[in-house]
Amino acid sequence: MNAWVSAIAQVVLVAAAAPLVIGLMRGVRARLEGRAGGRLVQPWRDLRKQLRKEPVIPADAGIFFIAAPLVLVATSVLVAGVAPFLSTVGPLPGVADLVVVVGLLLLGAAALALAGLDTGTAFGGMGASREVTIAALVEPTALLAVFALSTRVGSTDLGRIVAAGATDPALVFTPASALAAAALGVAALAEAGRLPVDNPATHLELTMVHEAMVLEYAGRDLALVEWAAAMRLSILLGLLANLFIPWGVATNPRPAALALAAGVFVVKVAGLAALVAAGEVFVAKLRLFRVPELLAGSFVLGLLAVIASSVLA
Amino acid sequence: MNPVASALGGAFILAGLGALAGLVSPARWRSAAVGMASAAVGVAGAAAGVAAVSGRPWQAYLPDVLPLSGVRLAVDPLSGWLLLLVGAVAAVVGVYTAGYAGQGGHGPAGRGALAVLPLFVASMLLVPAAGSVSTFLLGWELMAATSLLLVLAEHRHNPAVRSAALWYAAMTQAGFVSVLLGLTWLAAAGTGESFAAIRAGGVDLPPVTASGVFLLCLAGFASKAGVVPLHPWLPRAHAEAPSHVSALMSAAMVKLGVYGIVRVGFDLLGGGPRWWWLLLGALGAVSALYGILQAAVATDLKRLLAFSTSENVGLILLGLAAAGVWSGAGEGAVAGVALAAALLHMANHAAFKTLLFCGAGSVLRATGTRDLDALGGLSRRMPATTTLFTVGALGAAALPPGNGFVSEWLLLQALLHQAPQAGAVLTVAAPVAVAVVALTAGIGVATFVKVLGTGFLARPRGDGAAAAVESPRWMLAGMGLAAAGCAALAVAPVVAAPALDRVASGLRAGPALFEGGGVDLRLAGIASTLSPLWVAVGVVALAVATAVAGRAFGRGRRRAPAWDCGDGPLTARMEYTATSFAEPLQRVFDDVLAPEQDVDVTHSAESAYLVRAVQYRRRLPDRIEARLYRPLVAAVEAAGRAGRRLANGSLHRYLAYMLAAVVAVLVAGVIR
Repeated sequence: MNAWVSAIAQVVLVAAAAPLVIGLMRGVRARLEGRAGGRLVQPWRDLRKQLRKEPVIPADAGIFFIAAPLVLVATSVLVAGVAPFLSTVGPLPGVADLVVVVGLLLLGAAALALAGLDTGTAFGGMGASREVTIAALVEPTALLAVFALSTRVGSTDLGRIVAAGATDPALVFTPASALAAAALGVAALAEAGRLPVDNPATHLELTMVHEAMVLEYAGRDLALVEWAAAMRLSILLGLLANLFIPWGVATNPRPAALALAAGVFVVKVAGLAALVAAGEVFVAKLRLFRVPELLAGSFVLGLLAVIASSVLA
Repeated sequence: MNPVASALGGAFILAGLGALAGLVSPARWRSAAVGMASAAVGVAGAAAGVAAVSGRPWQAYLPDVLPLSGVRLAVDPLSGWLLLLVGAVAAVVGVYTAGYAGQGGHGPAGRGALAVLPLFVASMLLVPAAGSVSTFLLGWELMAATSLLLVLAEHRHNPAVRSAALWYAAMTQAGFVSVLLGLTWLAAAGTGESFAAIRAGGVDLPPVTASGVFLLCLAGFASKAGVVPLHPWLPRAHAEAPSHVSALMSAAMVKLGVYGIVRVGFDLLGGGPRWWWLLLGALGAVSALYGILQAAVATDLKRLLAFSTSENVGLILLGLAAAGVWSGAGEGAVAGVALAAALLHMANHAAFKTLLFCGAGSVLRATGTRDLDALGGLSRRMPATTTLFTVGALGAAALPPGNGFVSEWLLLQALLHQAPQAGAVLTVAAPVAVAVVALTAGIGVATFVKVLGTGFLARPRGDGAAAAVESPRWMLAGMGLAAAGCAALAVAPVVAAPALDRVASGLRAGPALFEGGGVDLRLAGIASTLSPLWVAVGVVALAVATAVAGRAFGRGRRRAPAWDCGDGPLTARMEYTATSFAEPLQRVFDDVLAPEQDVDVTHSAESAYLVRAVQYRRRLPDRIEARLYRPLVAAVEAAGRAGRRLANGSLHRYLAYMLAAVVAVLVAGVIR
């Protein structure tokens, strides 16, 4: 029962905090660029505004366009519930698997790509095409990093990996772990559509990836897409945080431990988000056809991580 | 009487009746009669398979059926698994054929084309049921011949069929020769031609013989399975054959090539040195990557599905390779997981590929084209076909909660496992294999997003697609059955666990694969768990909950024209096509795919500075075919032309040849 409580707490926390993470990142960027920037809760206000508006869908779009935001939200919420953010003992151990989580996030991306194609506009198709190209190339990096992390505990179960790291720091401070962190970091940036792979703040046709797919959404559909995208970013940052800085996670689902874990988790994710935002100030977006080179680099890091994990084990 | 015996006997009798019905029944009833007969053969075969995998092995020797060797049948759990797959695919395709072929349909309705169908199914049931080298080769050749006739079915309407059939005939016969040599060598070196005798004597084969037999059989079986680089027949034959035949070939017949590898490699030869399995793994990796890359850039729907078959066979081979390596390293439990991954992926691929090829047949029937660039807009005109095709695409893209994901997860678990003393080769090979699986999965998602998005969504780009109507009931029923199979495999693969266990223990792989009960997949030897049912329930329930919550915000959706940049109405010409969708991926993998591009600029007659027309053309030829097979075909042709000079019609010359041959034989005898 307690496992379900912690899962619901995780969903509520991620769902509530995800737009704030976006607000925080925008704020950090604005400060570093010398602008005043918006308030922390501005993304929530935007969502509220969108929810009140009338949803409009393109004349040619069909059921896929309507279903995509739902699938995107469902996969994000499911991952937020099962991943070991607050407690390593989740209610559904058979879902809290690193391979499953990667697959679920990919399912959300694929649903959105189909929605982009369903609009029948050139923008939608362009965004979808770019999105799946990047997703296809991210996949090997992500799974190789999974490999490197899973060998140290002999399982791809997220709870086990995080619990092993939290109880035995020697497992975390290894060369393999550092290489895997670098590889997974690049993969997470690409997956979340951040710089240098995609620019979330752009509406320029040459550079858009995610934005091009969702151009035709309006009203509550757009709110759901934006909200789910924010949750995906928080989830990826949360995974990075707990896989490589696993301390503070509750290994038993007691209320006090969960409350402490929630505090630590918020601090970790906020710290990582601020770091990513600060980094984004100094990089430019890569040309689309340079992105494969970046991903190939991170792939090599992942491969090195795996080999290091078995050679230096 | 043993249930396997009665079910198999029933299947063969039904096949005979079905063939008869195809020959004598009037055109009005023909396709329905043959379709139902094929379905009945399939059901009987599947029943035999179920009996065999639930622990009722059966064997028989029928000395009077064939001269010299007789017919020997032996059904063990491995055969049973294949009988089940082939039977289930045939049952579904039979139902589909009743609507697809004949009047009001699209497929061939001639006597010959329909009468051969049940015979093809029966020959596919004979191959796994065979218990001796001669019976196996008989079934194999029957299967090749009947499938060739079926591929040729539409040769009058479509000239491309002839070239496809020629490729298929040449490659399948070359493969047959290779298997024939391998198996007869094995029978000659061992203690007899029945599988039981070979198995008993297989341990003391000299290593050279064992490796030679393995390589010969591998070449033959791999060509039947469509493994790169022995694949060129596959995209042609699958694309040009009638769709129900493509479904049977891709979902069932190709698996029998894999069956051959398992039967010879694991069972008859009892495993082998590590390099066999590393070679198999390399073949699998190349096949998976090359197959999915070609599928990603293909614009012909059925050709794309055929290349995806190459990819999936590659993944199955990777699983088999892992099983071979791990069982050689004494890691029986992990070997069992790898074998289970391969076997389960065979079932999953059979389910979703049947569905996808039947869906492609529906599209072809409704629109008259297989070109994705000319499709689009089918989701409104053919909602049932689109829904069913989506189920298949979800499985083929290996995304959760599809069925393909379950077996890929198992495969990854087997590859991710690291033995303590694995050695340098495996330390590098295992992560490379994982990367191959992951890249394949990623490009697979791109491929099937492309198929669905450009083939079925948005608005039609061609007249055929604009005039499409939904398929008849029988076709939808067949596809519905296949979709039900996909769904069952996706949420409850645990049901297959005892059967997989039995097959694996018959092959000297691991003990228990799955422990515990419930809906979760638990592995022995690896501490990972997967609950596919919870993944599916979670995604569906949360999506429905979000939709209901969204309704609470009241406002209904309003349809409006999409943003056209203020420049007049959008047309279908502005949509992304399959070609443009795959362009970034094609550019990333330029070095592998080697596209050929031409830009023809026609200048105006008055002045070279005025351009009248610019024509852009891009082709993506199959590179392996161009580099490997074209020279080979050219060499064979040249040899044939040179050989023609030997026979100039002079009787004296022929007598001289005979004399020379006799002398050569005598001399050889003396020297020996």
